Formats: sequence, C-alpha cells, structure tokens
Amino acid sequence: MRAWIERQRGLVDFAVINLGRRWGRNLGLFLAYTLLVFLLASVVLYGDALRREARLLLADAPELVVQRLTAGRQDVLPAEWRERLSGLRGVHAVEGRLWGYYYDPASAANLTLLVPAAGAPAPGRVLLGAALARVRGLAPGDVLSLRGYDGHPYAFTVAGILARESELASADLMLVHETDFRAFFGMAPGFYTDLAVYVANPREVRRVAEKVLDRLPGTRVIAREEMRRTYEASFNWRQGLLLTLLSTVLLAFVLLAWDKASGLSAEERREIGILKALGWETGDVLRMKLWEGVLVSLCAFLAGYVLAWLHIFYADVPLFTAVLKGWSVLYPRFTLTPEVDAGQLVTLALLTVLPYVAATLVPVWRAATLDPDEVMRE
Amino acid sequence: MIFQPAALALLLAASLNALLLGGSGVFALHLLRHWNPASGSERQIALERRTYLVSTLVGLSLLLSLPALALFVHNADAMATFFTGAMCAVGSLKANTWGMPALWAMLAGFFLAAAWLVLNHLDSLGWDTPLLRGKYRLLLVLAPLSVVQAGFLWLYYLNLNPEVITSCCGSLFGPAASGVAAEMAALPVAWAMPLFFAGWLLTLAAGGAFLARRRFGRLFGVLAGLHFPLALAAIVAFIAPYIYEQPNHHCPFCLLQREHGYAGWVLYLPLFLGTAAGIGAGLAAAVRADSLADVAPRVAAGLAKVALAALGLFGLAVLLYLRRSHLVL
Amino acid sequence: MIELVAVSKTFNAGQANEYRAVREVSLALEPGRVTALRGPSGSGKTTLLGLIGGLTRPTSGRVRLDGRDISALPERFLTRLRRATFGFVFQQFQLIRGLSALENVMLPATPTGRPYAQVRRHALDLLEGFGLGGRAEAKAQWLSGGEAQRVAIARALINDPAIILADEPTSHLDSALSTQILAILADLRTQGRTLIVSSHDPLVFEAGLVERVIDLRDGKLVP
Repeated sequence: MRAWIERQRGLVDFAVINLGRRWGRNLGLFLAYTLLVFLLASVVLYGDALRREARLLLADAPELVVQRLTAGRQDVLPAEWRERLSGLRGVHAVEGRLWGYYYDPASAANLTLLVPAAGAPAPGRVLLGAALARVRGLAPGDVLSLRGYDGHPYAFTVAGILARESELASADLMLVHETDFRAFFGMAPGFYTDLAVYVANPREVRRVAEKVLDRLPGTRVIAREEMRRTYEASFNWRQGLLLTLLSTVLLAFVLLAWDKASGLSAEERREIGILKALGWETGDVLRMKLWEGVLVSLCAFLAGYVLAWLHIFYADVPLFTAVLKGWSVLYPRFTLTPEVDAGQLVTLALLTVLPYVAATLVPVWRAATLDPDEVMRE
Repeated sequence: MIFQPAALALLLAASLNALLLGGSGVFALHLLRHWNPASGSERQIALERRTYLVSTLVGLSLLLSLPALALFVHNADAMATFFTGAMCAVGSLKANTWGMPALWAMLAGFFLAAAWLVLNHLDSLGWDTPLLRGKYRLLLVLAPLSVVQAGFLWLYYLNLNPEVITSCCGSLFGPAASGVAAEMAALPVAWAMPLFFAGWLLTLAAGGAFLARRRFGRLFGVLAGLHFPLALAAIVAFIAPYIYEQPNHHCPFCLLQREHGYAGWVLYLPLFLGTAAGIGAGLAAAVRADSLADVAPRVAAGLAKVALAALGLFGLAVLLYLRRSHLVL
Repeated sequence: MIELVAVSKTFNAGQANEYRAVREVSLALEPGRVTALRGPSGSGKTTLLGLIGGLTRPTSGRVRLDGRDISALPERFLTRLRRATFGFVFQQFQLIRGLSALENVMLPATPTGRPYAQVRRHALDLLEGFGLGGRAEAKAQWLSGGEAQRVAIARALINDPAIILADEPTSHLDSALSTQILAILADLRTQGRTLIVSSHDPLVFEAGLVERVIDLRDGKLVP
C-alpha cells in the first residue's frame, strides 16, 4: 500500500512537472475546458435554481383552484359558491381568494396585489416584495401611491418588506387588506377572484376535481400538481434545449481534446520512449498521463463551476435570462437563492469530464504503448 | 421524451460506456482466438498492448457505474413530480416498462465490472497471466450487458410520458400489491429480522474466519453475494418501515430523500461496496494458479478487510436506525 | 548469467521494408565481466544490446536471465525485472529537458514505489560521487556533454542494478571526456557490476577495460 502511494505520488509529481513544462500548449485546452464547464454549469445551475423557486412558489398553494369563466375569460365568482363546495366529500376547506394584477408605470412592471388568508396588513397598509421595494426605493414607513380603478390615487403605507425565501415568487408582490383591495379594484363585496380548495388526501384530488366540475359546470379547475408539472416540463424543456445546443460546443471541445492528446510532438514521443527505456511500464506511463488528465479536469471543472456560480447567483445571469426564465414580467433585479446539489455535480461531471476522458483515452494509450527500444533506434 | 440535464448526462454516459465496452468485447473475441504468450510476433505484442486499453476502459466503466447508478435513482426520485401518482423513484421507474430493467442492468453492470477488475488485478500479478482467458470470457458477458444497459436507458427516457398515471411505491410494496416486491414487504418482522441479522452475522463470521485462518474464503464470497438480496429484502420488509416510522411504508427508494435524513445513501453505499469487495475476496480466494499462490491470498485478505468493514458498517447503521425509531412492529 | 539462444529480431515483418536487424545470435555472457559488442554502424549492436537488456522482444529465439526464460514474459514483469537488473546508458544521453539533473536521475525509481526522500538521498549521493553535487538542480539542457553523460550514468545506477548496458558511451565526447567516462565504467566494474558496452570507438578497446569482445556484422556474430 505504502509503495502504491509512493508510486502514485511520483507519477503525480511528474504529471505536474509535465503540465508546467508545457503550460503554453495546455493553456488553450484548459481555457476551452473551463469555458465548456462554465456554459453547461450555468445552464444546469440556473435551471435548477428556477425550478426550486417554482417549487417554493407552489409549496403553499392549495391542491385545487376553481375559477369562473365568462366567455372563456376568468371572471369574479360569487361567495355562495364556497358553500356549494365545502360539503363535498374529501374537501378539507374552501377559501375565497382575492388577488389581481396592476400595471405600475413607475416601475414598468406588473404588480400582483394579494389579500393573504392570514397575516394581512391593517387597512391602509401594505407589505411589499423585495424587488418592488428596491425599484421604487421604499422602506417601511414610506408611502406608496397608486392609481385605483376609478383614476383616484390610493396611498398605502409600507408596513414591511417580505422576506425573500423565494424572490421569484414574491418579487412583485403587494399584500393588502381586503377592504383596500375591494376599494382599489372596485370589486363588490360577496365576490372573490377564485376559490382555493384544500384536499386532505392527495390521491383524491382528481376525484374531487371531477365533483367540483359536476357541481359548478363551466368553471376551470386547476390542480397544483398540474401546475408543478407544467413548470417542471417547461424548465426541463428549455434547459434540455440549451444543453442540446451546447452539445455542438461539447463536440468541438472533444475534437480539440482528441487532437491535443493524439498530436504528440517528436519531443514528447522521445520522452515517453526514454521513460519506457528507463523501466517505466506501459501502465505507469498510462497512469501518469491519466493523472495529467485528472489534474486538468479538476482545475477546469472547479474554475468553470465557480465562474458559473458567480454568473448565476451574483452577476444577474446576463447570458440566458430570456431563454430560461420565460416569465412575462421582467424583473428589475433578480437574485436566485444558491444551492449545491450532488446530483447536479454528478450530472455536470458526466457531461464534461467523461467526454474529455473518453476522447483522450485512446490517444493516451497509444502514446503509452510506444516501444521502449525506440530511443535506441535513432 | 424527457429532456433534462441528468437524463442527457446518463444517456451520454451509458452510450459511451456501451461503445467502449462493446468495442472491448469485439477485441476479447479476437484475443481469445489469437492469444499466444510464447510468441514474440508483432500481433502478439499488439494484443498485449491492447489489453492495457481494455483494463483502463473497464476501470473507467466501474468508476462511472456507481455515480451513474446513484444519479439514475436520484433523478428518478426528482422526476416523481412529473407523473401523476408518483411519490418517489418507484413511480418514475414504473412509468414505463424500461425503468426497472434499466436499474437491474446497471446493478448487474456494477458488480460484474468490480469482479472483472479483481480478476484483472490478480491476473496482472501472475507472470504467466493465468486468468487471462477467464477474464476475457467474462468480458464477453460484460460487453453485451453494457450495450443492453444503454438500450434500456434510451428506451426508458425516450418513452417517458408525463401523461401516464403511474403507481406510487405504496402500490408496489403495499399490502394490496402482489409480486416479489410485495412478498418481501409482507415478510413478518418476527422472522425477517432474525433471519437478516443471522445472515449478516454469518457473513461477517465467514469473513473473520477467512482473515484469521485463511479458510472459508470462497464461502465468504458466496455469503457476501447472498447477503445482498437478503439485505434488500430486509430493507423492504422492516428496515424501511422503522426508518419511516410507518408500518405500511416499505419503499426502498423514499429512503434516499432528504426527509428521511438520506438514510438510503448511508445504507446503500457501504452495502454496495461491501458486497463488491466480498465477492471479489471470494473470487481471489478461489483462484488456483501456481504463479498466484503467494499473492492471491493476500489480495483476497485485503478485499475481505474492506468487505468486512463496509458490511459491518452497513449492519451497524441498520441497528442504529432500528434503535432510533419510535415504531414498534 | 545471460544466455541468448538463436535470437532474431525482425522489424516490420511481412512488409516491404522488412528488416532483420539480428539473425540467429546465440551467446552467453558471464557475470562480473566487461563485454564489448563491436561492429560498424548498422551491424545490429544496438538491437542486440536491447535484446540482452529485455528492452526489445525477440521475434524468435530465447533470452534467459539466470536460467529463467524472459523472452515470453508479459511486459509488466519483464519491465520489473529489467528495472531491478539492468541500468541503461543511452547514446546521446537521453536526458529529459526541463527536468533538473536530480529529477532525471530519480526517474527510473518512480515506478518502484521507493520512498521519495530515500530516492532523493540516493540520487544526490550518486551525483556527488560523480562530482556533480553542485549541478543537481541544473536543468538537463544546461549541462555540458560530459556532465550529461555522468548524469546519465548516475541515472542508470539509481535502482542499483547488477548489470550496466552502455550504448556507444563515448560517441559524443572528446578524448579527455571519454577517458573520464571510461574511468567511471572501470569503477563500476570494480564494484562487481557486469558491464556490456556497444562501441566502435578504438579508445574503448585500448583502455584495457574490455575483457571480452564480440564482433558483429549484418546482424550476425563474426566468429
């Protein structure tokens, strides 16, 4: 065991010296490698972070949402519909919800006004999403003035900023009291935007949805799982599309790696010949060359991953926002919550390191099996 | 078709693996026909050189198979949100016909590659490479397996349809289900638990006897191999319910989730390592070749130590989870 | 004791440029002596040296080392045996550029797994013994011809082999340096090592070092 470790150490030492001696030659490959990891890691990190945000967004959502449709458009619904659903078997609770959109010319964004089921601010007060507060430069105690449905300005005092566990979900959010909401949008009492239906047993969701449609024909019933699946599918699809586009980059890189590994200079051939003549076995040369590959891969992977991390979580993702986010509202500033996941690292390693190793394996083996007596044949 | 990074990574890995090992399989046929160590001909020298490439390829394949297997299961677990009715990896794997076969093929690939590398290592220690033909015959099994594995994986991901209503683990391991999985789940704890611990202790005892007396090496290998299905059955029958603290939750995959403290990884990693090393120790102990008379027992003992440590760890982890649980079956 | 029985080496067998470098050579070399292979260039000296040292595998025939047939050994074992038994000094020194003299000397020990510190000590001692103590950290390409040849000899000795094979050890040196190298080889002889030298340099044969001369021509022994 000791001898094994000493030998590996010797091989690593030599690999390091070798890389150092030819750093100019290896630099191009290293940069290309880092770039590849950076691009792929950016796609994967960004997609996963968005998916996580969406999951948080849906975590507290009700199992079913019931909307009234009038001429195919969503419409407010009467409060007595609540009672008509609460008696259904399997339904744990039904809540009327109040929410709506408001286009704010000052921040050029669509705001979501929402009356929370619990923890609503007092009348005349508002809780703001972090992104919105940032753009409008608001702090608790400030007054936010918005124009209501009738053209009159409404003043809200900022009671607090929402904690940003998930910024995607809360960036443009305004939490208000029910009376303010109805006054601001001119919605009569006794009406709700939609109904939230809570189902205790997840396996009964489908059956409950069918019963809801039975009792309230013409409504639209949206299942949370359905939403989640749609989000996931859309993120996966976009991520997969980007990765497929990047596969051409991967291919180019593989060709470069193959070329670099197989194009041994006369000097390198001579050196491998010397090593073999001095008593290095094919396996030793092979291992030394593989160590070189491992060292290059490790450095490039780390560098690329860290750069991608900075790109996604600290530099506002300049590269693929438009493609991946797919949200209709563009957020003024948007910070994702960082998270490392082992599955993600394995995925990235399989997508980058594995093709590199596969591309260099045969050339490396070819180099390692040079004849030991080649040095003597000059 | 499911189009996501982990799936693409797995397909890439499996395809490369199939390509490299499939090529090695063709070479194995060639080698078995033409190998002649007494000759100094250029063909013999070329064959000998090629064996270095094949060893490296299978090594890479083994190195690949464990993370790939882990990623496959992890990703199946993460995909559960896609399928109506799925709660964990089982739902995703049962979403079409190919999920479970792919998993089994990957498991078999892992253990076969490990066994091959043990043989390869032993072979390289004997000056007359006594196991050469044997290991290349084994490669003739490993190579098609890698192709089959890649095939299953492609079929699985290409045929995944989010519209499908799949079954959750309850329907596979639950009381109302039928089949091998359900029968494992239905094993009464009263004798499943003693049976498992008896098997575990017997395996450890055989390993200990081998280390102390240099006997029962082959027996240890066989027991380590048998211990694996026994351990899987035990996980389904009672270890999982104890960890979930729910008498009817038998799923061996939900264990991998964060909610259960990643208990699955704590159990499966030493179990896999220990089983592979144990089978390897058995193989090394079973080898009969003059040129390996000195080294084979040493290799076997080294592997047995690793196997004992890993399997011991596995059993201790099981005991710990059982102790911590509030469930009484 | 090294025995060659009807050893031949053919390069590019079956092709248009087929070349039989060594033909049906049989000979026995006794331990503890200095043997020289002599012949014009192209006579197969170097190939024969490679065959003796297990560097080149014979196309046919047998090579025995202390009675053991090494011609059919797999590369892994042959290399291990070669490392422990033979030290090679090549024509044109064959040092690796960019590595220091010390690193060059240590190279053959890497695959043996000997502890690094011990190998380094040994290498420094060897360099010291050849008057190169101050040049240990110098890069190979900065060494003079004489220095490079001494580093190459030190490198051949790092695994402490019983047999030293030297291919034209004086061919790139002037007379003064050649004499110096021959003195070093004579030293190795007194340490009890077996020396096998290929050369066509008269200086080597006049130095009184060589105990047995084997003449070669066209890949065959000249009787």
